[in-house]
Amino acid sequence: MPVDPSLVGREFPAPAPLSVTPERVTAFADAVGHPGSGAEAVPPTFPIVLAFDAMQAFLDAEAIDLHRIVHGEQRFAYVRPLVVGDELSATLTVTGLRQIGGADIIATTSEITDATGAVVCTGKATLVHSAGGAA
Amino acid sequence: MNAGDVLGTRTYTITRADLVAYADASGDHNPIHQDEDVARSVGLPGVIAHGMYTLALVGRAVAEWTGGAEVVDLGAKFTSPVVVPAEGGAEVVVGGTVKSVADGLVTLALEVTCEGQKVLGMPRAVVREATVRA
Repeated sequence: MPVDPSLVGREFPAPAPLSVTPERVTAFADAVGHPGSGAEAVPPTFPIVLAFDAMQAFLDAEAIDLHRIVHGEQRFAYVRPLVVGDELSATLTVTGLRQIGGADIIATTSEITDATGAVVCTGKATLVHSAGGAA
Repeated sequence: MNAGDVLGTRTYTITRADLVAYADASGDHNPIHQDEDVARSVGLPGVIAHGMYTLALVGRAVAEWTGGAEVVDLGAKFTSPVVVPAEGGAEVVVGGTVKSVADGLVTLALEVTCEGQKVLGMPRAVVREATVRA
């Protein structure tokens, strides 16, 4: 079933803030082999953890199965580097929706903010949703 | 760093175990990155790496090239899936050149391939020149 076109402009916050702890950073850095110790080198793609939470909130609200989603594009623009100790929140906004060959192409922007409300980085993502049936 | 500098090609191997570790660390437990049957059921050739895993490898290469410089921009289109076999792993090759140095920012031109095929479209990384230690 195609995604509801009235979604464009809707906002979906991540359910909870995320603390950037040494443990989380180290686990993420180790999984991708990022150099430097976790405490001083937060990998630049780490904010995806928050952006993913916000996306999951969006998928849950729309009853979209995660396994029918493929990541089409992701770009991050950073205002400042993330540091251990940050308390991050995210809100995803659906910015566009189009259909190509039976798939929904969902454009989103996720704003990642710190505890003061200042924007730390902005993520722009394209999600490809293959509606499918029994396929 | 100067425009035209060629950065040493990096080759990284992604295994199924890496995808499990990444799923735990990132919270992205999409089964297309773990389960062959689910991946095939949605038309994929097999278990694929998270696109963000491949992009994280770009971030890793950039960190290695620049001595952990501050990244101000990073992104790509995930144009071709990186299929990760159950045994062994997928080799991702990250190559780069310095495209421009201007206004305190270093822009890198990147090419990211797996088995000779480009897997990222328009990959882009920009770092702050003053923080480069290379």
